[in-house]
This record gives sequence, structure tokens and C-alpha cells, in this order.
Amino acid sequence: MKGHRSAVIDFDVGLRNLDLIMGCERRVVYDFVNVINGEANLNQALIRDKRSDNLYVLPASQTRDKHALTQEGVGRVLEELSEDFEYVICDSPAGIEHGATMAMYFADDAIVVTNPEVSSVRDSDRMLGILASKSRRAENNEEPIKEYLLLSRYSPERVKEGEMLHVEDVKEILALQLLGVVPESKAVLTASNSGVPVILDKEGDAGKAYMDVVERYLGEDLPHRFIEIQKKKLFGRLFGR
Amino acid sequence: MSVNSFNKEDPGTAFELKADSFTLPFLRLLSTDADSVAKQLAEKFSQAPDFFRNTPVVIDMKVVADGENRVELAWLAGLLRSYGMIPVGIRGGNEAHNESAAALKLSVLSEGRARKTVTKKPPVDLSDATTKSTDSVLRETTVITRPVRSGQRVYAAGGDLVIVASVGSGAELIADGNIHVYGTLRGRALAGVGGNRECRIFCNNLQAELVSVAGTYRVSENLDATMGGKPVHIYLDNNSLKIDAI
Ligand SMILES: Nc1ncnc2c1ncn2[C@@H]1O[C@H](COP(=O)(O)OP(=O)(O)OP(=O)(O)O)[C@@H](O)[C@H]1O
Ligand SMILES: [Mg+2]
Repeated sequence: MKGHRSAVIDFDVGLRNLDLIMGCERRVVYDFVNVINGEANLNQALIRDKRSDNLYVLPASQTRDKHALTQEGVGRVLEELSEDFEYVICDSPAGIEHGATMAMYFADDAIVVTNPEVSSVRDSDRMLGILASKSRRAENNEEPIKEYLLLSRYSPERVKEGEMLHVEDVKEILALQLLGVVPESKAVLTASNSGVPVILDKEGDAGKAYMDVVERYLGEDLPHRFIEIQKKKLFGRLFGR
Repeated sequence: MSVNSFNKEDPGTAFELKADSFTLPFLRLLSTDADSVAKQLAEKFSQAPDFFRNTPVVIDMKVVADGENRVELAWLAGLLRSYGMIPVGIRGGNEAHNESAAALKLSVLSEGRARKTVTKKPPVDLSDATTKSTDSVLRETTVITRPVRSGQRVYAAGGDLVIVASVGSGAELIADGNIHVYGTLRGRALAGVGGNRECRIFCNNLQAELVSVAGTYRVSENLDATMGGKPVHIYLDNNSLKIDAI
């Protein structure tokens, strides 16, 4: 949306869903594993986004085992993509297994998405440990991967009730640069069900929060939003929640 | 699709052979008496069982290499394995040692090279020179400047461990010497695992899951709640762990 040529790769082999969220599931012919195995070339497998000319999606395979992602193969595909794209985004599956380690191995930057819960923050900490030790940059003794934090499903009301961690606590525990806080919002579910990325919802809080995230990542210095309880509008107050 | 097409990579690129250096703990044998070795190892294990699990270890034979008594390497390797350690090699042994190592499929390693750590000279004050010290070798300080994350384990062999960042819960710090944490300590810290009871743990914000000095430990449940979140130092006072605010 900022005009940078970008490709998104779904590393969640076996649990493909990025194409659903991006609304391109009915145009999938070839997938990431096909490209790694040389059964298709990148041009055949990349799906151009209907809404944004600069955005392409490389879907995950639904049917293969995650070990089809070999390090050498992933490296080759990323190398080829980086010749043509400014940003290559690797959507990592949850957990610390093969798919996740492959998604992060070649990374320059990492955005760790966490929910404001103790268990989620702890998992992120573990993931960050792996980022710091098992990436190509770590193995070659290069400058470490740049790490950013994205806090999602944040609800200031529930923080106040003590049911969620405060954004400051999460920042303190993980010691990372905060890229943004995405509020808990029904719009996210609606968006993924309808295959329209929530960032296109320019009016909603979640959409705005994601837009802020993009701009901060690209270097803009914006104040954080959506971390205070919003005063309800008059009607909201009169007629309950 | 034929089964073969799943693996049509050139067999020549199935792996890469490269060199890297690793920091390994080593066990320096000071005695050839099997009973005392076994006894001490049992004690060590009860102090820090986690440290032993799946940890590769090198057996250093230098001190006992010239002795009269033979060291049963097979026995020692078996004993280490029974505690979950993985003996990977020996160093400093005599010819007989090296032969039995080969028979046991243990590698024979040469002396380690200097590591990339900050080296601290032993204190000039040698007033305690009378207390026979087995670690009159260089005491090295390991300095870590990035956060120690959950699941990471840092071992400072033979010296102090200084963390200029925070330590996540589920992370583990182990040092033969003192441990300093200039951020928040949420994980575990085990100082003096070599048995040095003088070692201390210092941290800027105590929220640890476990702290231990020379095997005397306390889990978070038993940490004085009033010390939580404060800068403290932790030391042994007559067999009991003392936690003082700094
Ligand atoms: N800000 C939000 N508000 C409300 N619901 C959300 C929000 N963010 C995510 N969700 C919901 O949480 C669920 C999981 O989201 P998502 O698929 O982005 O997570 P993920 O971490 O990528 O999961 P996986 O690890 O399976 O890939 C979805 O159903 C989504 O609608
Ligand atoms: Mg996902």
C-alpha cells in the first residue's frame, strides 16, 4: 500500500491459510513446495493481489509435510525473490518447529507478534532466543536480526481488570522496540472471513493500527494509539455497551 | 508422481562440512579414586540436575595422567552417561588414556584455545594463597549484552557471568563464579556450581524462578516476597541462602 514491491510467503505448510486471509485461495495453482522442488517456477506460483499491484502471495502447500522445506531450497527461493522484490515477508507458523525455523533462518528483520498474555509473551521470548542463536546471521557472526514487537488483541479494559498484561509490562519483559498495538476488534475476524486484509479497513481501529505499524516499520515516528480506554460516545453511554 | 521425485537433490549437496568452535564444560579429574569421584558427582548432580541433562562434557586427564593408578575411562564415561551427560572426548591424557578413548569412541582433544571473553587477572591480594586453590588458572568473566531468552542457557565455565540485560523466565544462568544481572532476573541463576560457597548472585530486579549458590537453592515460592522487584544480592550464610537488598 506504500508502493513497495512485496511478496508474502506462507511457511505454514500443511495448514495453509494465508491465501484465505488474502482472499486469493481460488487462484492457487502451484505452491511454495512446488517451487522448492523445481516443479514450478516462481512466476507460475506467485499470485498477484487483486487490490494491490505491488503485492504477491506465495501460498503454502496444503498436502506436503513441513520437511519439504529444505534450508537450501528455501534459501534459493528467497534469493530469487529478493532480486525482484523490495520486501519479502515470511509468515511463520506458531511454535518452534521446522516451519518456523525455516521462516526465520534467512531473515534480516523479525516482527514478533504476541498477545498480552503471560504464556504468549513467554513463547515470544523463547522464539527471540532462537532468532538470536539459530539464524543465518547468528551462524555467520553477522549483525543480529533486527527484532520488533507487535502486540495484538489488546484490550485496555481487560488490562484494567488485570486480565491482560499492560503494554509496558510486555515491553519491559521482552525488551524490544514496539512497532504497534493492535486492539482487539471484531473487524479482524470479519476481514479474515471475507478475505479482505483488515488494513484496508481505513476507518476501523485495527486497520489504522496496522497502517501505523507499516509506517513505523518504514521509519516514521508515530505516537502509539489504542492503548488507553476509549471514552464511549454519548449514545454508547446511554444505551449500555 | 514417482516416489523418487521427492528426493531428486544432487547427492553431492546433502550436507556441508564446516568448522565452528563451541564452549564445552569439562570435568577435570583430580583423583583416580573411583569412590570419591562417584560420590562427588552424585553431590554435583543433586545440586544442579538440569545442568547435567544432555550436556556434552570433555574429561580432562591432565592432573591424573602421570599418576600410578589407572583411570577406568569406560567406567567414568558410563557414570557420566548415567547422569544424562554426553561424554564427547578427553584431553590431556597419557597414551594409554588416548587408546582407551579411541576404543570407547571418544575423541582425543587438544588444549583449548583462548576464548573471546573478557579476561580478569586474579586479584593481586594473594592473602588467601594458603587455601589450596584448584582454580589458580585464569578466572574468566563471560559478558552477555543481549537479553537471555526463555529456553536459553548460559554457562560461564570457571568464572563469573555478567548479564547487561534481562533474563527471561525459563532461561538459565550457570556459573562457576558469581552471577551479575543488570536487568531483571526472571529465570534461574545458579552461581558457584563448582562448589564455591563464596559466590554470590547480584541482580537489579529479583523475580527469579530459582536461585542457587553452591547447590543451596530456593525456588520462587520460597523467595521473600518483600524482595521481589528489588535490587538484591544473594549469598550463603551458614548453609542458608541470604537475600539482602542492595
Ligand atoms: N486484533 C484482533 N482482534 C480480534 N481477533 C483477532 C485479532 N487478531 C487476531 N485475531 C483472531 O485470532 C485468530 C488467529 O489469528 P492469526 O491467524 O492472525 O494468528 P496466527 O498467530 O497467525 O496463528 P497461526 O499461528 O495459526 O498462524 C483469528 O481467528 C483472528 O481472527
Ligand atoms: Mg499465521
